Amino acid sequence: MSIASVLRDGRVIARRNMLGVRRTPGALVTGVAQPIIFVLILGFVFANALGGDNYREFLIGGVLAQTLTFNSSFTAVYLAKDLQSGLIDRFRALPMSRVGVILGRTSSDLLTNTISIVVVIACGLAIGWRVHSDIGDVALTFGLLLLFAFATSWIGAFIALTARSVEVAQSLGLLWLFPVCFVSGAFVSADTLPGPLRVVAEWNPVTAVATAVRRGFGNEPPAGFAVAHGWPADNALLYAALCCLAIIAVFAPIAVVQYRRISKR
Amino acid sequence: MISVRGITKRFGSHTALDGVELEVPEGTVQGLLGPNGAGKTTTVRVLTTLLQPDSGDAFVAGRSVLNEGHAVRQRLGVSGQYAAVDEKLTGFENLTMVGELYGMRRKDAKARARELLRDFRLDDVPDDKRAGTYSGGMRRRLDLAGAIVARPPVVILDEPTTGLDPRGRRDTWAAIESLASGGTTVLLTTQYLEEADQLADSIAVIDGGRIIAEGTAAELKTQTGGARVDILLAPSSDVDLAVGAVRRAGHEATVDRRAGRLTIGASGGSRDLIDVVEALHAVGLETTEAALRQPTLDEVFLQLTGNSAESDATVDEPGSPEREPVTAHGTAKESR
Repeated sequence: MSIASVLRDGRVIARRNMLGVRRTPGALVTGVAQPIIFVLILGFVFANALGGDNYREFLIGGVLAQTLTFNSSFTAVYLAKDLQSGLIDRFRALPMSRVGVILGRTSSDLLTNTISIVVVIACGLAIGWRVHSDIGDVALTFGLLLLFAFATSWIGAFIALTARSVEVAQSLGLLWLFPVCFVSGAFVSADTLPGPLRVVAEWNPVTAVATAVRRGFGNEPPAGFAVAHGWPADNALLYAALCCLAIIAVFAPIAVVQYRRISKR
Repeated sequence: MISVRGITKRFGSHTALDGVELEVPEGTVQGLLGPNGAGKTTTVRVLTTLLQPDSGDAFVAGRSVLNEGHAVRQRLGVSGQYAAVDEKLTGFENLTMVGELYGMRRKDAKARARELLRDFRLDDVPDDKRAGTYSGGMRRRLDLAGAIVARPPVVILDEPTTGLDPRGRRDTWAAIESLASGGTTVLLTTQYLEEADQLADSIAVIDGGRIIAEGTAAELKTQTGGARVDILLAPSSDVDLAVGAVRRAGHEATVDRRAGRLTIGASGGSRDLIDVVEALHAVGLETTEAALRQPTLDEVFLQLTGNSAESDATVDEPGSPEREPVTAHGTAKESR
């Protein structure tokens, strides 16, 4: 199986997925509403306790990292739906690349993720968040966000191919999101967490993405925020990018293994 | 063109396939006939590389399903029991996608899709009509069209007409017949005896995961004991008198009292027909119909398996109590 045919099949499947999204736009409601809810709740319920206007500046990087992590559940649910409906069996009986089916899903979900990113940015602008950096940093930051979205999609794909029913994929796909997103420096300084949780938060990829995004947009933490130190905090962009690549390097192969295993049952 | 060699597949303690052997020569239509849970779908899933057998191997156009899955898939078209078309796409988009996944260029895939929509009479619907809004018959035709997008030499159809209304069934039959006349090798599973009789050059009867009989429809009928005499008595005739008269002439009749119909084994052919009619006349009974005929495949099936295929296949009808759970179990496993 050549790389070219993997990409070709991935593109065909991605096009099919995007037609599906376009024809059932209702499915996008969660992808749009969820980030709005998070921005508003954190920006107005928590902000005054955590630093007011400055916290709203700080918040957006965290909501972006959290939203893209949460969006992996879309990948899980859509793929599980295709498995359950028998469409994946149809694909599996075709002389196409096996990675292509999953790659098509994870790449077309970049569309949903892009919409979510735009929604968060728009909400941010509405509540007083601003960009303070140059165009190069902004472009790099968007690049990181898309890479992170692509990486978490592969986790969703692995979950779908392991669960293989929509219901199980849905609950499994949501379960891991809360600890991963909240035991992190997405919404608070990782430095304020107790003992072992602090270490987890400092090395959590979600922290790295949130931190790198804040730096990329030039958003300062509120005055008096404990500043996290250590290698991952000091090299947030590099560490975040490495985490994304590591996630893909682990989850893409095991997702494909799960896909192949379907024929053993 | 298709060669199944000793395929065995177990799901837990349930043996779905128990050493299935089958040879399908090039350019022929092979029927695989059996009730629900007999192993038809499992056989298809092995042949289409969706399921790995526990032992044995199968070859499609000379390629092994175990070791050359990709090559098998290149030479194979599949249409499933449950039409796996993408409901959100139009018929045209569905076929174009399948064509591209077979490795066709987008332009060629589009041209082929248009051609197939015309051939399968799916081109008289609005261009933006999604497959999800198609009728059952249209979806099945679309699924069938998807199976032959790449003009594969071998096509496998898993219960292509199950759940269709008579018109849908007739349309699907016509499509399969034209496929076969084009030289494609077809393996067709069905639980309908009439369908196998109509479409297949050769029929393999499967039950309990084993092939229990094989041959043309005519051969299967001869194998299981020759012709039958059918008698329909004139209205309000005395059925018991008729049975007695037939018995005195040396024949045993099965009786449908309500219809006034007698069915008599007739290994002696037309001689037996004359005997029976004369015996009835001798006691003053008139007949509305008197005919010598070949056994139906249902009678063949009954004789081969001790089970009626039609009643076993129909979900609403109560089957024999000891068989029913096995059937339900097998089906649940197969559909995964």
